[in-house]
Amino acid sequence: MKELQIQYKKILADYLKNQTERNLYIGQNFIRQLIQKKVTPEEVISIHKHAVEQIYPDITSEILNSFDFLIEIMVHFGLTVQEHQSLLVQQEELRIEMNVATKIQSMLLKTAIPKVNELDIGMVSIPIRKMNGDYVHFLNDEQHYVSVAVTDVVGKGVPAALCMSMVKYGLDTLEYANNNPSYVLEVLNRIIEKSVDDSMFVSMFYGTYDIKGNIFTYGSAGHEPAIYYNSRDQKFYDLESRGLLLGVMSEVKYRQYKIHLEENDFILMITDGVTDFRKQGDLDPRNVIKELALNYINLSAQEMCERMYAYLKDLTDFNLEDDFTVVIFKK
Amino acid sequence: MVGGIILNSKSTVEIITEWDIVVARQLGRNEAKIIGFGTVEQARITTAISELARNIYLYASAGEIVIERIEEVEKYGIRITAIDKGPGIDNVRKVMEDGYSTSGGLGAGLPGVKRLMDGMEIQTTVGKGTIIKIEKWI
Repeated sequence: MKELQIQYKKILADYLKNQTERNLYIGQNFIRQLIQKKVTPEEVISIHKHAVEQIYPDITSEILNSFDFLIEIMVHFGLTVQEHQSLLVQQEELRIEMNVATKIQSMLLKTAIPKVNELDIGMVSIPIRKMNGDYVHFLNDEQHYVSVAVTDVVGKGVPAALCMSMVKYGLDTLEYANNNPSYVLEVLNRIIEKSVDDSMFVSMFYGTYDIKGNIFTYGSAGHEPAIYYNSRDQKFYDLESRGLLLGVMSEVKYRQYKIHLEENDFILMITDGVTDFRKQGDLDPRNVIKELALNYINLSAQEMCERMYAYLKDLTDFNLEDDFTVVIFKK
Repeated sequence: MVGGIILNSKSTVEIITEWDIVVARQLGRNEAKIIGFGTVEQARITTAISELARNIYLYASAGEIVIERIEEVEKYGIRITAIDKGPGIDNVRKVMEDGYSTSGGLGAGLPGVKRLMDGMEIQTTVGKGTIIKIEKWI
């Protein structure tokens, strides 16, 4: 403190002799040091008062008293500054914790896209915030079936992420069981309804593809309808299914439907983040997506997903408003 | 954290009206000056007293502020004890969190008081009252 006092006095004396920009600049650099050393505002004023006293020994006591007054009222200001600094430290701690949680989530929810000779599969899932509210879960028993669950938790951030891990474990336990879409949705609905807060809902599209029979069986719980392209008719069909969101009521039945996939047919499963660019005037988002998919139809399923994401990100000026997930099953 | 040998007799100020806060401040400042605290430290001690007295005035209908000199080996200081029979503090950890009381503009809050001093101790029982001891050494 003594050292700082001496330095400050010199800088102030220089300025009082010569009111140059250079001297002001030196003063500002000096205050940076004081902030680093956590010198509070009231201490700065006290340092100033002593410096003035030394430079002008004849100064009136009224002026000196005015500094005492300033010290007194700056105590609160100093407290605010210290509180602010401590909150910044806490914020940094939270940020670090959040990064760890994000890493854990992405490790937990990591899904490899299955490789199946008879079916081309692609996926892109990009979170809008750190934690992803969308989740894609694949099941593949090599020879017979490839199944996929495309999930969107209503609600974002940490609560959604916690809910998501539960969905993942629910799906994991069903791995070797009967994986009919209606059965899977009914079981998950019961789990979520029992264990999650009333304000938390999950939408899910569940589809399972019979590799030998080329049959795609699907069901949906309040999820954005998947899009089916029939290449022989050159037509798109919305895979509507009026299932209730998971977690609303305990005993809900979910219907399942079957489609026979032919060469070049594909199924596009999305979350509502994909159709969430309604601000773009009178474009119907689902039509935009269908058109895009047709443009890219000669690419691999993975490239189709990536191109769609790139195009939509561009269309919305990089302001996608929700987690974005596209999965494509292409025959 | 809070200890020391008491040298002088205590001075006590009852806090009933807002002006009693000023009396407590004055007493604390005089004492701090006699002990040998500098201007900035005097201002801090007085602010801490002010905050505790204000808490009594605002949240407990009555209470008192006790100011005393303390001494340890080659060490002098001041101790302020705020005693009230108010509602008590339900969650001490919560009131010691930054941003909890200050966000409502209620003042420095207890974390602020703690920062102004070297030591702080809170004893509280819901429905019975609160005793807060703070100390500062030269």
